Amino acid sequence: MGAMIEIKNLEKRFGDITAVAGVSFNVERGEVLGFLGPNGAGKSTTMKMLTGFLDPSGGAALVGGHDITADPLAAKRLLGYLPEGAPLYPDMTPESFLLFIAGIRGYSGDEARRRVADVVAKVSLQGVLRQPIETLSKGFKRRVGLAQAILHDPQVLVLDEPTDGLDPNQKHEVRALIRSMAKDKVIILSTHILEEVEALCTRVIIIAKGRMVIDCKPSELAARSKWHNAVRIDVEREDAQRVRSGLGEIHASAVEELESRNGCASYLVSTKDRRPIISEISQRAQAEKWKLDGLHVEHGRLDEVFRELTTVPN
Amino acid sequence: MRNTIVLFKRELAAYFTTPVAYVFICIFLLLCGILTFYLGGFYDRGEATLGPSFFEYHPILYILLIPAISMRLWAEERKQGTIELLMTLPVTLPQLVLSKFLASWAFAGIALALTFPLWLTVNYLGDPDNGVILASYLASWLMAGGYLAMGAFVSAITKNQVIAFVLSVIVCLLFLITGVPAVGDFLASVIPSDTVVDALRSFSFLSHFSSIARGVIDVRDLVFFASLIGVFLFMNAVMIELKKAD
Ligand SMILES: Nc1ncnc2c1ncn2[C@@H]1O[C@H](COP(=O)(O)OP(=O)(O)O)[C@@H](O)[C@H]1O
Ligand SMILES: [Mg+2]
Repeated sequence: MGAMIEIKNLEKRFGDITAVAGVSFNVERGEVLGFLGPNGAGKSTTMKMLTGFLDPSGGAALVGGHDITADPLAAKRLLGYLPEGAPLYPDMTPESFLLFIAGIRGYSGDEARRRVADVVAKVSLQGVLRQPIETLSKGFKRRVGLAQAILHDPQVLVLDEPTDGLDPNQKHEVRALIRSMAKDKVIILSTHILEEVEALCTRVIIIAKGRMVIDCKPSELAARSKWHNAVRIDVEREDAQRVRSGLGEIHASAVEELESRNGCASYLVSTKDRRPIISEISQRAQAEKWKLDGLHVEHGRLDEVFRELTTVPN
Repeated sequence: MRNTIVLFKRELAAYFTTPVAYVFICIFLLLCGILTFYLGGFYDRGEATLGPSFFEYHPILYILLIPAISMRLWAEERKQGTIELLMTLPVTLPQLVLSKFLASWAFAGIALALTFPLWLTVNYLGDPDNGVILASYLASWLMAGGYLAMGAFVSAITKNQVIAFVLSVIVCLLFLITGVPAVGDFLASVIPSDTVVDALRSFSFLSHFSSIARGVIDVRDLVFFASLIGVFLFMNAVMIELKKAD
């Protein structure tokens, strides 16, 4: 048995534009894959091919071993998909819409009603079931879109920017929902929000200009930051000079003065090889009795790694 | 088959979830009434029939009304992005095309059936040939199907419903006009070949419609409408494949 999702050298061209230029990866059950990239990177196009909306110009995508172009129905049965922007029928009510989806997913009668009730409870839609979708708030609309995608408890869930355009509370709810489903499924979600990847994903793929630039764990991504293991140190003003020169003695380090906060001087100490230096600094601080106000280890700045990886000159 | 029924039900229900369907039906019935009683001179004829005063206007009436039904079929779906939802569900494109068409045809059928008070009226006033009236209803509904298939195809070309409407009116008109006697005569005078003129004429809905409406149900007329619907639905599917990504 291969992986749940196999993507082999997938390509898509729109006329002269190459939206996706040969992307390959597998995803196993239990993984939550964050698909990261700047706007126009080709995330949506890749998902549209994976879910069978667009035909690839080259390569193949398999869901549960079924080729999406050769055997689309078998592959689509395993899939739940939330397209970008969560398109819905504005005149329908969530209830009639979800019953329609249940019908298409092969449920009828009581079974359909039970499925709809289950999913409605899961995404908390009870209050708005009979209201036209166009009158719902953005958060509710997104939940209807999610409900539609998970109604048949699919093995593979593909979510294109599931939290885009939501307020922080709504984002939080949607993330909690995704996390609650993560155990026994394959989830692929696209985003350009970095914290989302850290908060949700077990794996991250960054794509830029239609190409994969990295495939790793979110923690590994942070480790690529030049600030990984850097130490931020806040000292009282009167002691700043002494501390500054002490820091300069640490091997292969660079010291950067940061904006000062409430009367303290702040420095960021990093090393070229990104080795951990916190103990070295704290020993020195104790020995020399620095008047410290704060000492923090930086885990790396994702946005900086992201920028570096996705703005490759070509 | 199951999928087609589920899709069909949603499509048909969609007409009635907005006031548009009711407005449409009212306008249709109103126009039917006006044409029949004022232009058609229903009373002046002194005979109990619906043919000349009612059904005769349908080819023209449909040119404006049918595109109003069909314009949204695909254009709206593409505009809203719901086409992406539909086409990633485990359904096939032929199921989608067929269910949309059948729902629109059923809707047209409902509107047509609601003209039954006219039928009651002629039966009250006299003793019409109900067989002919039934054939006329069939002819009218078949013609509506032909126009709807064209309209569905045109609706797949654009996201803009207004453009879909205007283009559909033009296409529908083309399939009517070659059968209008004056146009036929004009064509005959500029095109030397009789076969070409006859072929053009035979593509007009008018001759097929009126022969069935007269009560003569000829297989060739049925085949004409059936194959026309088939061809346009096929082109509809091809157009969706081409245009869905935009
Ligand atoms: N239907 C289309 N026709 C032409 N170009 C397209 C189409 N869809 C996407 N593109 C182009 O493909 C590239 C990738 O788009 P997309 O996959 O939507 O990116 P992302 O989802 O990562 O923001 C973009 O340059 C976009 O303009
Ligand atoms: Mg996108």
